[in-house]
Amino acid sequence: MTAVSFLDGGLDGGRTLPGEGLAWLKARRDAGAERFDALGLPTPKLESWKYTRLRPLDDTHYTPIGDDADATEIANLPSVGDVAARVVFVNGKLRTDLSDLASLPAGVRFGPLEDILADDPAWAEAHLGAVADDTDQAMLALNDAMMDSGFVLHVAKGVALTKPLEVVYVGGLTDQAVAYFPRNLIVIEPNAQATLVKHHVGRGVGAYFANAATEIDVADGAIFKHYKVQAENMQATHVATEHTRIGRDATYECFNLAIGGLLSRTEARITLAGEGAHCGYHGAYMMRGKEHCDNTSFIDMAVPHTTCKQVFKGVLDDEARAVFQGKILVARDAQKADGRMLNKTLLLSDNAEIDTKPELEIYADDVQCAHGATTGQLDQTALFYLRSRGIPEPQARNMLVQSFLGDALQEISDETVREVLMDRVVHWLPAHCYLAGEWKESA
Amino acid sequence: MLEIKDLHAAVDGKEILKGVNLTVNPGEVHAIMGPNGSGKSTLSYVLAGRDGYEVTGGRIIYEGEDLTDLDPEERAAKGIFLAFQYPVEIPGVPNSTFLNEAVNAVRRYRGEDELDKIQFVKMLRAKTKELNMSDEMLKRAVNVGFSGGEKKRNEVLQMAVLEPKLAILDETDSGLDIDALKIVSEGVNALRSPERSTLVITHYQRLLDYIVPDKVHVLAQGRIQKTGGKELALELEEKGYADFVGEEAA
Repeated sequence: MTAVSFLDGGLDGGRTLPGEGLAWLKARRDAGAERFDALGLPTPKLESWKYTRLRPLDDTHYTPIGDDADATEIANLPSVGDVAARVVFVNGKLRTDLSDLASLPAGVRFGPLEDILADDPAWAEAHLGAVADDTDQAMLALNDAMMDSGFVLHVAKGVALTKPLEVVYVGGLTDQAVAYFPRNLIVIEPNAQATLVKHHVGRGVGAYFANAATEIDVADGAIFKHYKVQAENMQATHVATEHTRIGRDATYECFNLAIGGLLSRTEARITLAGEGAHCGYHGAYMMRGKEHCDNTSFIDMAVPHTTCKQVFKGVLDDEARAVFQGKILVARDAQKADGRMLNKTLLLSDNAEIDTKPELEIYADDVQCAHGATTGQLDQTALFYLRSRGIPEPQARNMLVQSFLGDALQEISDETVREVLMDRVVHWLPAHCYLAGEWKESA
Repeated sequence: MLEIKDLHAAVDGKEILKGVNLTVNPGEVHAIMGPNGSGKSTLSYVLAGRDGYEVTGGRIIYEGEDLTDLDPEERAAKGIFLAFQYPVEIPGVPNSTFLNEAVNAVRRYRGEDELDKIQFVKMLRAKTKELNMSDEMLKRAVNVGFSGGEKKRNEVLQMAVLEPKLAILDETDSGLDIDALKIVSEGVNALRSPERSTLVITHYQRLLDYIVPDKVHVLAQGRIQKTGGKELALELEEKGYADFVGEEAA
């Protein structure tokens, strides 16, 4: 058996995993284990992991979640409000008592992966690994081998959901360091529309390791909005691997707000596979203490007439560190591609660090592409301007940080979600100087 | 109101103000004119308390109190207002939110009750009406996408809302066409009162056609070189600053 030092029982803890008895799934798990064994944990020798080392996995020993459901009382789960349905996982285990799947609209399948594996294994077989089939990613291989939770969202052809769907992952409530491996499968059929909000919440002070993989298929003419708030606790390691395929005239809009976690990394691979496809892949990060946040993305503009826009902005305090690696690839035949990438970071402390690497690789000759990255401190003239109007310095600094990040949040087209996320930004700021103002007016 | 005594100030270790003396009484409007690089903007920043503008000698007495060690926000709370030459854009922060924060910060400092939302909006509406400004400007982010004229009008609005005792207008005419200049000047004039003093800092005389000063000072080479009535401005317009720049400009 594979020896995996950071996991109790290695890749075969003798526990019952969802979909047991499905031969195709066993084959996928075995292949994943084999691949992970061959690749090993990513090290800085790999270009895409140059600035992020999974250090917490060196000195913490994690126990994969067991079969017992967690029954911890949990209150005040985050929410964007009026949602069509929600699924809640606590320490990787589904909590039906906290979930609400009672009133799903027709044509929408939304629920835990384990249910789909039990109820409709053929559908699962057809879609698992259909978008995320890369063989070079160790963390995806690890998820393939270990997937033990996660959700499925399947919206049928032409169905347009008006309310968002919500998924909440809560971690950190156990004394023992746990590990869980959510596998999320999202299929938006042609001309369907849906919005999904994922909350990752750290409660308590326990260490945990979440290694998620998400596959997203946005079919022709579909619109999918995907928002993620990563607010893990200060001991959490959060690794997310996302694969997205965007069809003809389809739109994928994604926003990642990262405000927590000892170490977090989201690696996205997005393919604009059909003409007229559009991708907006954005994010904001706010880190302090010794937090480390890595946003790595690869966007493949594979066919002509596609557009993609990427805005990532972040604020780093104390000894926090962030990594932005963005690459847009324009294939030889992908004429008329329009690709834009921007990364801006504010350093609030001399000891904070950002490593930013925006890249364009263009093989077509008739394209509009641009990228840029800036790193700086708060604008002293703007700070003086606010102070000269009587606004005390700490409050003026907060105002400028909000202004800076608010600009990135403008990329969120769903107004309610934008307000909820802006509120998270405000609450990240030092408590003694929240602004009383009405930020919702800024739209 | 304001008494500047032998003021010396340096930026990055370089002395810019080399002994400025100036007294402004309540209700007076003083113009400070001078060539580029004479220290006009430095004087305005020093008065408002900007970091990096170091007072190396002399004193600034405002209402009997030495200002030198006060932060910009404290000076604002005490009634000093600087209208910027280049107002700063603050994306994402609505103008009304910004004004609300400023007004309440100043009120807190003075030990007054903060205005609630309704009181604030009522006050703001009255001010915009007084200045003939549209409410639409309040909803937009601070100075973002504003024309040059709108930015300067926004400075005047801030001034109207904060009701300073000493207003310093730093090159308020720069970047304005004649129509915008008139509108902005009308706004400033509307705020003239026996309790409010104004320092108008400008390179050109034309602003003083609209905001008529009680006194005109020529600032050159870091010192007030000459003081006169409003006719001094016309004289400067005609002759330029050649008499005052001496060898440094030669």
